[in-house]
Amino acid sequence: MAKITASVYTSHVPAIGAALDNGKAAEPYWQPVFKGYEPSKVWMKENTPDVIFLVYNDHATAFSLDMIPTFAIGCAEEYQPADEGWGPRPVPVVKGHPELAAHIAQSVIQDDFDLTIVNKMDVDHGLTVPLSVMCGQPQAWPCQVIPFAVNVVQYPVPSGRRCYTLGRAIRKAVESFDAPLKVQIWGTGGMSHQLQGPRAGLINQPWDNAFLDQLIADPEQLSYKPHIDYVREAGSEGIELVMWLIARGAMSERAPKVVHRFYHVPASNTAVGHLILENT
Amino acid sequence: MALDKPYQDVPGTTIFDAEQSRKGYHLNQFCMSLMKAENRQRFKANERAYLDEWPMTEEQKQAVLARDLNRCIASGGNIYFLAKIGATDGKSFQYMAASMTGMTQDEYAQMMLQGGRSPEGNRYRGEQK
Repeated sequence: MAKITASVYTSHVPAIGAALDNGKAAEPYWQPVFKGYEPSKVWMKENTPDVIFLVYNDHATAFSLDMIPTFAIGCAEEYQPADEGWGPRPVPVVKGHPELAAHIAQSVIQDDFDLTIVNKMDVDHGLTVPLSVMCGQPQAWPCQVIPFAVNVVQYPVPSGRRCYTLGRAIRKAVESFDAPLKVQIWGTGGMSHQLQGPRAGLINQPWDNAFLDQLIADPEQLSYKPHIDYVREAGSEGIELVMWLIARGAMSERAPKVVHRFYHVPASNTAVGHLILENT
Repeated sequence: MALDKPYQDVPGTTIFDAEQSRKGYHLNQFCMSLMKAENRQRFKANERAYLDEWPMTEEQKQAVLARDLNRCIASGGNIYFLAKIGATDGKSFQYMAASMTGMTQDEYAQMMLQGGRSPEGNRYRGEQK
């Protein structure tokens, strides 16, 4: 049977990808950010899974306002890095795992979560920046990836509670797949940031660190945090953090092993947060 | 019955909800069209003529022409879509963010380096800054 071995949480700031792509990673501004992911790259090499179930959001790239799916699961063979207006990022094509993705879709929809099935889409920085910070700049990504896009652009976005219980349904689905696959689940986006209006630039370091503490120790209680707390305390785009609860909900009920924790301000307009949790 | 929108008392913030999305549909789809190079060229060659191909309101068109992102947001724009106008202009995201705050790009970048805008005094409308 397949099993979820670990979860990874990380911001997916586009400027981090651009810094890497343009050879600026060693500059004083970016060096502390990439240093924070050095242990992660080592861990990733030693713990490469067969498949990453990658929870992220699309940023007006694959989905315009013509269609706004709340939860969309990628069931395709592969996904091209998107042209977001500056040309596609120079990163490898993302190879999917259609069999596992279809299995998860079947199981999770039967558990009352209404997923949209996507058989063709490009993937933007929300998906490729996490792969870059965890894997560096390889010729090919080291494993297959199932993209799972969550609407956090148009309100109302799904509640933290719904994301957390969806994570549990994903765990059940993975554990019923009849092949000995090692699966990681990644939750991306955040941490505190606001990109719009006169309040743009909001960062809340104490709140972010309390979120990380509670995500590790008491995700059940954290899942009840209402949207308005994210908006007021972590900025309008800080709401992306509900996606981390999907990954956390997919972890075992036992306390996880904290492999790595990192936090840094700023990356462009955003606070960077990162965790690696292993199932014990 | 009015829907519960507790986010309306957050200062300097417009939440892009279903109502804003309805108002801003054509404005945001115009922005989306700028992901294609040929559309960017046509827009740059004659901005007004290109905008007139879209059933946007006059206020939305004026806000785009003035590159006033706060006005764009007030009339239904979403920042991830509006960012495509900035990309067409060759401006960084940080330039666009600064333009909405009344700060210069340098002042804004400096604020971010110093830890960003504090939530203190910025949680509720009417709080002292």
